This record gives sequence, structure tokens and C-alpha cells, in this order.
Amino acid sequence: MKWEKILIRYGELSTKGKNRKSFITHLKNNIKFSFIDLPNIKMTAERDRMFLTSTDDLEIQELIKSLPKIFGIQSFSPVAACTQQLEDIERTAIKIIESLDHQDKTFRVTVKRTDKRYPLDTYELQRTIANHVLRQFPSLIVQMKKPEIDLRIEVLSDAVYMMAEVIPGAGGMPLGSNGRSLLMLSGGIDSPVAGYMLLKRGVRLDAIHFHSPPFTSERSKEKVMDLANQLSHFGATVRLHVIPFTEIQQSIQSQIPENVSMTTTRRMMMKIADLVREEIGALGIVTGESLGQVASQTLESLTAINAVTTTPVFRPLISFDKLEIIDIAQKIGTYETSILPYEDCCTIFTSSCPKTKPKLEKVEYYESFKDFDELIKEAVEKRETYSFPTKKKNEFESLL
Amino acid sequence: MIYFDNSATTKAEKEIIDTFVTVNEKYWANPASIHEFGHHTNELLQSARAQVAEVLKTTKEKIYFTSGGTESNNLAIFGLVNKYKLRGNHVLISEIEHPSVLEAAKMLQLQGLDVEYIPVNKDGIVSIEDVNLLLRNDTVLVSVMHVNNEIGAIQPINEIASIIKAKSRAVFHMDAVQSFGKTLVNFEEQHVDAITISSHKIHGLKGSGLLALKNTIEIDPILYGGGQEYGIRSGTTPVPLAVCTAKAIRLANSHVEQHAARLKSMTDDIIFFLKTFASIKIISPEIRAPHIVSFAVRGVKGEVIINALQKEDVIVSTSSACSSRQTKTSHVLKAIHIEDDYIKGVVRLSFSYMNTIEEVEHFKKIFTKVISVIKGD
Repeated sequence: MKWEKILIRYGELSTKGKNRKSFITHLKNNIKFSFIDLPNIKMTAERDRMFLTSTDDLEIQELIKSLPKIFGIQSFSPVAACTQQLEDIERTAIKIIESLDHQDKTFRVTVKRTDKRYPLDTYELQRTIANHVLRQFPSLIVQMKKPEIDLRIEVLSDAVYMMAEVIPGAGGMPLGSNGRSLLMLSGGIDSPVAGYMLLKRGVRLDAIHFHSPPFTSERSKEKVMDLANQLSHFGATVRLHVIPFTEIQQSIQSQIPENVSMTTTRRMMMKIADLVREEIGALGIVTGESLGQVASQTLESLTAINAVTTTPVFRPLISFDKLEIIDIAQKIGTYETSILPYEDCCTIFTSSCPKTKPKLEKVEYYESFKDFDELIKEAVEKRETYSFPTKKKNEFESLL
Repeated sequence: MIYFDNSATTKAEKEIIDTFVTVNEKYWANPASIHEFGHHTNELLQSARAQVAEVLKTTKEKIYFTSGGTESNNLAIFGLVNKYKLRGNHVLISEIEHPSVLEAAKMLQLQGLDVEYIPVNKDGIVSIEDVNLLLRNDTVLVSVMHVNNEIGAIQPINEIASIIKAKSRAVFHMDAVQSFGKTLVNFEEQHVDAITISSHKIHGLKGSGLLALKNTIEIDPILYGGGQEYGIRSGTTPVPLAVCTAKAIRLANSHVEQHAARLKSMTDDIIFFLKTFASIKIISPEIRAPHIVSFAVRGVKGEVIINALQKEDVIVSTSSACSSRQTKTSHVLKAIHIEDDYIKGVVRLSFSYMNTIEEVEHFKKIFTKVISVIKGD
């Protein structure tokens, strides 16, 4: 099927009063970012919809494949064009229905006759086309209210546009329309999902990861880099800050009683994240915590950890079950990477019986014997930063 | 030497041999090892897999590197039947399949499955009506080769696919060993569920190939062990061979249309030439793969012609390398009812893009000479 253009419906953003213009600009930029390698695409934005056109059919095919990933799009439809000749309209209608799953589906034809000089009136054209289509596809069932296939025909003076398929978009809001936050990315299943949820609401992300060589391997770092890269596929660059965490973990190990060492570790991570957040000008911190999932995610633990900062900490998964989280992880494609079995800094030095209800005063008391701030400053300074998406590795190109 | 036996095997591309050497020198770790070296080798293997998946239009988790066409066909037949056994125990294959499908199907029959054969017409093509008649709602697997290796007949894969889809829940396997690189083969061009490809027929290395599945299809293994290749084909994955397979597939696919057009004009020319001999009958059908010409000389054994041509440094074959050593008549030629006085005199010419027009001209001269000696006219 050869398509002329793609119609994009904005969704939620259509309801946003004065901010509409900036939302549309963000959406346009996101689409451009995703299709940097498709040079012939042209965009025309209207109040509540946008058209993408290209002279190259392959580019349109590429768009159809990738548009469902971009936030801020409620749905989109590939549009075919033909001349005003009745045979031509009929032929195009058949082709469109053919390209859909049409067996036993309910069906109607909607006509919009913008060119009032067109010889057939709206009802005549509807009937003619519907008759023709029904002869070809006898299993279609005519239904005027909420049909599964709604063949929409718009007659203009120079062409006739036609579409039937409505492909759901990713919903949400265009990336960048809601500022920037810092995601604490561990390498597990939850944190990439939490990042995705914020991306969906239009928040740009930086990610932070704690790396403890030689206890954690290069592969566990690469795994997190892969995850950051996967998050960047949703339409914006993601920067990853890798914090050297070995020294801090070792001093926690030697200073803090074993059963609250986990709480202190999290508190140090949060402090570091807050410093990095300040430096990059982000407004919030995002974590994948889900209430009661592990010892560090009880209400008491969360309170003790959260006490180190007044920055808003977003926990989009707080009320999700593990299985619900896994579902989303599979849908967004991070699950397979997340379950790779490499040690990360949370699984080494773990206490066999961490406190699920740590007392804040006690934790603060234990921490007071050691000046962690110096170590924290140093760790933040020595961090490595990576930016995604990266260009593909070319090392193997000559072999393949 | 003029080599017109490319359906038996092809000469490995120099570039591919270079790749084989480099990978063996630089990336020889076990891709399943967890150390950096193994990890790095695995990255190369996954890049190779991703490249193949892109060409075949599926996901990389559905590409299984194997030891070649025969293993891939066996894996497809037994693996798919086993995975989907709840859908029924009726299997359909065409009667002109490669022995690696035919013999596997015979084994299924011994195991108690109901195997039926789809007949072909005189052109070696299965009829859609026959498929329609034979399909049942407990048909679990249909296997039809894309291009026949002995006569070059092309099967109407997409028509078969739509009838299978309409009438049954069967999965559809296509042996594309002879068609890959001669025509576009991928899951969007052919609406099949599984595709077999062999490397050494497309200037890759012997002992390698793959089975590809459509992204929605699953399969059971036939080899059990360490769970390599997503558990579908245990045994340490030979990374050098897998990388060479990926490269052979990329090279063969990249110029497929130009090569096919060139091969078609070369073989059209040869057919035109062969038709000038009164004693020769062209066996390849009108609609045929661009690289195979099968013909028969009345009253002469094919072997005699092959030996005579060989003395002149021209390499051709009888029906196929697999059946040419057997004394009985090829099942393909029987299926298309070749007349008795021709059936022993079958010769197959099979070409690759490495062949030239000069070679074709030279062949014509030699062939004229050889025929006049043999037939004495």
C-alpha cells in the first residue's frame, strides 16, 4: 500500500489552554529527533492535528513503525490520496480495506465533501463506495455506530484523501514539556520502568548509577548503559552519570552496624544524587521504589532515606505490584536487559538481616562518626558521564 | 575450469574466508563465557545475528545458527511439529522436497504422524487446489521448498500461505536453500513462518546455515545441552561460521535483483541454444529460478555427458548432487513424469553471479562438439 501522508492526533495536549503552542513545538522537535535519518519528511502542524508527508514511500513505512513510540501522540493514521475519478476512489478504497484485517469486521463509510462542486453528493458517494467495497468483501458488516473500520473520505478540489486505520500512539505528553529529572538507575527491572513513566509525562531524564569496581564488573556497568540507551529510544537524549562508589561502600562497611548499613548506603546514594541533580539543573529525583518490595522500600526505610533531602523524589511505581512492573518492562523492551545476572553495588556487602524499620536518629548517630561529605564530594567529581543514544559500534563492521 | 554446478555448492568468497580467519584469530572465545573476552565475542555474535534478522525481517531472537540446510530442515520439521503438537498430527509436504525434508517426514510417519504429499504438475509446481483439498483442521505443519534444486521450479508460496491461513492453524516452513540470493527472501516477501538457509550455496562456508522463524513462532529443540542459541540449538556456537553466514547473507542479498536479471539473460540464452538440438528436451519449466537449467538428451545417459564435458574442463551435474550418486531415478523427475527415453539423460546446469557470458559462449562450443561425438551426428 502506498501512503500519501500521515495524520497525527495530539490527544491530551489538545486540552491544554495557552501552553498548547509550546507543547506542539516540543512534539515537532521530538518527531524530528526520531527521524533525523529521514531527510524528506515535511511537517505541517494544525490546531489539533499534524500532517507528515514524504516523497519517499520507504520513509512513510519507517514512520509508521516508529511513531507509536513517541509521547504526545494519541493516535495516527496513514492517508492515501487519489484523483477525483470515481473508479480511482473505488480502487483506493479496496486497497485500503485489503491492507487491514477485514474478516467479519463492522464497517462504514464517512464522506467529507470539501469541494462542493463534486458531482455526487455526500450520501451518493457514501453509498457508491460502500456498495463497491461490500461487493468485494462480503464478510464486512455495515454498522453506523462505532464501527471497527471507518473508511473516511475527504474530497478536495485537487485530490481525494482516504484513510481507515487508526493506530494508537504512546499517549502522554511530548518530551521536554515538563522539565528535567534525575533517575536513579540500578540495573534492575523497576528503575527503567520508573524512568519510562516520567518520560511519558514529558520529563527529560538524566540517569545516575553507582559502580563499585572491582566488586562489580564492567559488564554490570555496560548493562546499565544499555538500559540508558534503551530509554533514549523514546525520543530524547539520556545522559548517564556513573559514580565511583567503592570507597564509600567500604567505609560504610567498616563504620556502620551491619543491620542498618543498607539504610546508610541508600542515604549516601540519595545525597550524591541530589548533588548531581543540582549540578545539572534538574528539579526532581526519580526512583523505582515500590512499597514493601524489599527492606529498603518499607515506609520507615523510605522516610529514613528521604530525610537527607528536600528535593521532590518521584516514585511512580510506589503502588505497583512486581508483576505489573514486569509487564511494563516487557512492553518497553528493558526486561531482557534488566534480568541479566550481573552483580551490582546493592547485591554486594548486603546484610543477611537488614532492618525493615530503621530509626532515623540511630542511623544519623552511627553516621556522625565518619565524615562522609568529603568522600561524597570526591565521588561526584570523579563521575564518568555518557550520552545516549550513541552511534553504533563500528568495530565489527569490516567482519560483517 | 568452467563451473556450472553452483546448486551443488559454490566457491567461498575471498572476503568471507578472510573474515573466517580474522574471527578465529581475534574473537575465538566461547561466547557464553562471562569474562570480558567471552562477552566481547558474544557481542560480535549478536551483531551477526542482528544483521541477519534485519535482512530476513524478523527479530534476532528468532535466528538460530546451525550446521547447514539439512540440520535446519530437520530442526524445522521435528521442532515445529513437537512445539505445536496440540494443534494436530497431520503434516503436508510437497513430493519434490529435498531429501532432508522427505526423510525427516518419513521418520515422523514412523512415529505415528499422518504425513501426506502434495503432488506437482508437469512443471514441478504444486497446485493450490491440491493444497486446499489436503489441508485439514488438524494439519500442524506444511513444508514446501521455494525453488526446487533439480529443475528450478518456483512454488507459489504466498498463495499456499493464504490458503493455509484461511483453512488451518498449521505453521508453514519454506526451504529457501536454492532461492536465497536469487530472489528476495524474507518474512515480508514470503508469508511463511520458518525459513531455511544454507551458507555454502551463497558463496559462504560449508557446514553452516540457519533456521529463521517469524517473530510470533516458537519451536522446540532437537539437540539438547547447554542451551545455546536461546535453547533451540545447544552446542558452543561457532562464532566464526556464524559471522561468515551473516556476511554471506548480506552479500548475497545486496545485489539480488541485478544478479538475478543477469543470470536470467544468461540462462535464457543457453535454453535458446539447447532448443536448437532436436534430441534435447528442456525440463526446467517456463517460470523458473534464474540460475537453474535442467535438460535431457534422448537416449544418452546424463553421466556420459557429464564425463565428456569434464574432459573439456566444464563441470556440470546430473539432477542433483544428493541423488546423483544413487542409482535409482530422482523422485523429482518421477514426480513430473519425464518420458522414459529422456529420464536417464538429465543434465543440470546451475549458475552463480561469478559465471560470465564468455563462459556461456565457451560452453556452447564445447557442448556442440561433445554432443556430435556422443550422438555421432
